[in-house]
Amino acid sequence: METLAALAGGFATALTPTHLLFAFAGCFLGTAVGVLPGIGPALTVALLLPITFQVPATSAFILFAGVYYGAMYGGSTTSILLNTPGESATIITALEGHRMARAGRAGPALATAAIGSFVAGTIATAALTFFAPVVVELALKLGPAEYFSLMVVAFVAVSAVLGASALRGLASLFLGLILGIVGIDLQTGQPRFTFGMIEFLDGIEVTIVAVGLFAVAETLHLATRRKHGKDEILPVQGSLWLSREDWGRSWKPWLRGACLGFPFGAIPAGGSELPTFLSYYMERKLSQRPEEFGRGAIEGVAGPEAANNASAAGVLMPMLTLGLPTSVTAAIMLSAFQSYGIQPGPMLFQTQGELVWGLIASLYVGNVMLLVLNLPLVGLWVRILTIPTPQLYGGILVFATIGAYGVSNSVVDLLVMYAVGIVGLGMKRYDFPVAPAVIGMILGPLAEQAFRQALTIAQGDMTTFLTRPISASFLAVALLLAFGPRLWRAWQVARAASA
Amino acid sequence: MRERRPVAGEVGASIALILLALAALWQTSVIPVSPIYARVGPALFPWIASSGLLLIGLLLLVQALRGGFGVERNPEIDWRATAWVAAGLAANAALIGTAGFVFAAVALFAAVARGFGSTQPVRDLGIGAVIALACYYGFEKLLGVNIGAGLLEGLI
Repeated sequence: METLAALAGGFATALTPTHLLFAFAGCFLGTAVGVLPGIGPALTVALLLPITFQVPATSAFILFAGVYYGAMYGGSTTSILLNTPGESATIITALEGHRMARAGRAGPALATAAIGSFVAGTIATAALTFFAPVVVELALKLGPAEYFSLMVVAFVAVSAVLGASALRGLASLFLGLILGIVGIDLQTGQPRFTFGMIEFLDGIEVTIVAVGLFAVAETLHLATRRKHGKDEILPVQGSLWLSREDWGRSWKPWLRGACLGFPFGAIPAGGSELPTFLSYYMERKLSQRPEEFGRGAIEGVAGPEAANNASAAGVLMPMLTLGLPTSVTAAIMLSAFQSYGIQPGPMLFQTQGELVWGLIASLYVGNVMLLVLNLPLVGLWVRILTIPTPQLYGGILVFATIGAYGVSNSVVDLLVMYAVGIVGLGMKRYDFPVAPAVIGMILGPLAEQAFRQALTIAQGDMTTFLTRPISASFLAVALLLAFGPRLWRAWQVARAASA
Repeated sequence: MRERRPVAGEVGASIALILLALAALWQTSVIPVSPIYARVGPALFPWIASSGLLLIGLLLLVQALRGGFGVERNPEIDWRATAWVAAGLAANAALIGTAGFVFAAVALFAAVARGFGSTQPVRDLGIGAVIALACYYGFEKLLGVNIGAGLLEGLI
């Protein structure tokens, strides 16, 4: 009951004309960047960070959340019509969606993606609404030692579990941790990793690193391996109204996708790619027409699209209740909280109730807006897809410059962004994931704070992380995540060898 | 397992990581630590982070020398495209503090577009100017964010 009252209060906040406008702007922008290959919600939110100096926190977060949700909707349009995924979470959508478009069924593919996103997004937002207060209750019992160990779980999950190589993921994470250390130590006032330069005393701005990695490095990477020739954009054929048969084949995958996506987003081993893969394989197994898979099965679009939207809502749960981001966009939103001087975590629901519930309510509103934006207005997004690559990347770098230079009008910032871009180019070239670097940079200082608090409480005794049961179990989970999959594989190989 | 020759770039990337870790270790060693904080001081976490990176760098170097990362071979670098983009970025940094945002943005836009295969430089300069002026107007005049005033901006 308490939750419903809080949610009602949230709707009162979200439905004011100003906030509706912010939600709409966010959804619109999010869909646009979702549609455009090469830029995503993380870059967009990073570029929008400076508005935290201009508008109140609630409005800014409603805008950011709109961008985050919108990109999930928009990405599917690109996957279906262009076969180049707009976002990493929509890679799977391209498999069946593009085949459907080739067979003249782009309309139903777009419709099942958008309606599925709406259904799953709304279910997951409801799950967020009702589970978040429960998690908050549990989270309030955690001390600094437990927090630190929980962050270790998140670090291991984002760097060592997802991605091709644990070693390269960890390298990226540690680079991020080191970037996060740069600047004045808040507890002792000592400058760290500044190489004696005043410019680094305030630390390195998240915007600069994120824009360097996602705009500069991406553009350089594409330039080094420039493809000649053009991608073909398929026309939107077929009715945007789903036939009775399409509804019948779509609704179960939507619900199953929602059930897969939310928990995967919510646990710190999240990411939105994994649940889309799982959903795809599940639908192929359960389908009565498995032979259609690979040739344009609507279930293969409905399930993964539902899963990725549900996971987007799931990611907001640890972020709002624990202050623990598990995706790059969530990490950048966390840094926005910091720039308002708000510490996300269990206390957020008490101290910033209006903000949190306004944000959650605006997610319901955003889902409705996105359904409307993405179905009847699909023609608009198809036009955005026709922006030619040369001008698109020229424009992206102009915006990147505004983002980096606008912070403090310093050419040093711009050069740091270029340096990050060059490092990022090397990372992309040799297949180092960049997400752990951003998450490490933002979460690192918080982990250090918890680490030092825990050690101070324990009077410098390092074993405190192992003697406190909850902390020890988190560390055990981290170990299991890091080595479990490898041991399992080794065991399988050994068993196969002995058999 | 098939024998693979080490890839020069992968070895280079590992060595770059090791050098970065060494630089971080050096910076850690110069953090002044007051005896009050000796046990849980400002240098403890940096020690962990930099030595961790050093260890990872060394392991990657071993991996790179013993057959490589096993990732897809990169195609030849398109130097012409890369040079245009790099030139655009350099011009941007050089111009933004002196000639101002609009000139810097036009140069950046046209150079990057050229790098990505556009064959109409004059049209790109025009589009770049429209985007730059619109951004300048939007950010500077409407939002009040200073994005680099210069020659032209003084006149608007």
